[in-house]
Amino acid sequence: MAGRGVNERVVIIGAGHAGTSAAIQLRSLGFAGTIDLVGEEPHIPYHRPPLSKAWLLGKAGDETIALKPASFYAEQAISLQVGCRVDGIDRVAQWVSLNNGQQIPYDWLIVATGSRARRLPWALAGGSHLYELRTRSDAEALRQALQPGKRVLIVGAGYIGLEGAASARARGASVVVIERENRVLARVASEAVSAFFQRYHADRGVRFRFNESITQLLVRGSPPTCEVSFDRGIQEQADLVLVGVGAVPNQELGAACGLHCDDGIIVDQQTRTSDARIFAIGDCSRRPLQLYERTGRLESVANALEQARLAAHTICDAPAPVHEVPWFWSDQYDLKLQIAGLSFDVGLHVTRGDPSSARFAVFHLNGAGRLQAVEAVNAAPEFLAGRKLIASRRVLDPHALADASTSIKEIAA
Amino acid sequence: MPKITYIAHSGDRKTVDAQIGDSVMLSAIKNSVSGIDADCGGACACATCHVYVDAAWVDRLPPMLELEKGMLDFAPEVRPNSRLSCRIEVSRELDGLVVEIPSTQR
Repeated sequence: MAGRGVNERVVIIGAGHAGTSAAIQLRSLGFAGTIDLVGEEPHIPYHRPPLSKAWLLGKAGDETIALKPASFYAEQAISLQVGCRVDGIDRVAQWVSLNNGQQIPYDWLIVATGSRARRLPWALAGGSHLYELRTRSDAEALRQALQPGKRVLIVGAGYIGLEGAASARARGASVVVIERENRVLARVASEAVSAFFQRYHADRGVRFRFNESITQLLVRGSPPTCEVSFDRGIQEQADLVLVGVGAVPNQELGAACGLHCDDGIIVDQQTRTSDARIFAIGDCSRRPLQLYERTGRLESVANALEQARLAAHTICDAPAPVHEVPWFWSDQYDLKLQIAGLSFDVGLHVTRGDPSSARFAVFHLNGAGRLQAVEAVNAAPEFLAGRKLIASRRVLDPHALADASTSIKEIAA
Repeated sequence: MPKITYIAHSGDRKTVDAQIGDSVMLSAIKNSVSGIDADCGGACACATCHVYVDAAWVDRLPPMLELEKGMLDFAPEVRPNSRLSCRIEVSRELDGLVVEIPSTQR
């Protein structure tokens, strides 16, 4: 395969996990053309998941979160430019223009612009007391602010909110979590798993307020105090506010040059956009979810890697890699939550193991008895078996799944 | 600094100077050892840092915890000397450690 694409130029917009992995994949497939990888953040490409955990605890640094060492890119002839923004894509001339005046021509363009934290209208008033958790800079600012005894108000009980809560408690801060829905992880987990995590956090001193929407944030006094008001008139006070209420796809560059977008840049199975020379991968794309017969955006490392592989294989005209079951993980305290699949069209929920032991899994089956998703808490074998079983589309016996004395390996064999 | 040797499936050997306190996975990443992908960055969530530990070293490593065992349970081409390199912390005692990378990781 060596020497493939020798006169071809690939430009990758976005040096997150997706964009960087695409560059790495291209080289490992023997792509011999030029690769330009342009990232807006000032840092070399890094792992985002540790930001809400190890980074906040002061247990990670630039070297430990880097995807590859700084020397790697030159060694692999990947032209990495960080601290640079792409301002426009010219699809007719086939070049991208950078905010430093540079124009880079492409034969293949990969858009990997990621997503950004959703901003709520009242949040602007928070000024320097308001924190988000997307980038290394966000995490570093929050790490410095999270001192013992600080009062932290977290808006949103999703992954970011709960991982932030666990880290803030570990740093000795007090934590209140505000959630619009009536439970934690409402968008991503089943009720049984939500209830477990809620209790676990509450037992470690996290206070929750559910069914609350914030109407106003005021910062006043000295030292400055954040005063948050809810639509039901109640107030909370805090020293800092962390908002984690979901992400919006960075699709503007794609939309501006006419790529089809609808809450994400729309791509096909090979990650091609409506322009056959342009791919979109990672958080910014809306992709087919074949197993579930719909489309969706997947904000996960696994998706970034899978789509990076798909784009690279398509460019190199290599046989397509096997389709992956979506998967996710979250670390909170000593808990590891691993989720495989997506809970669409589920009718039957089977719990295996005892939640009170902090080691259990919930399997979600559809009407035909096929596994759609599994949520595993400190239960890696159930997670991995689940991934296999979801891909197999086998009809399963719920009683066997629920029976912890039947080995999960046997069930998945 | 302790030296760790990684043997690729092709037989290529690479010996690196590892930092005490880093994992065997992170030492590979910092030195661009190919085959240690570590997709999840060391969270023990992906099993792409799977290695075979040289027979002389198997008993000298810290024991496996349940999470690592569980992840290895379903990893491809598992052998009795399989470990996840993100779970092995480099110490002075590990100077000279030799690990082999499975054929599924290149």
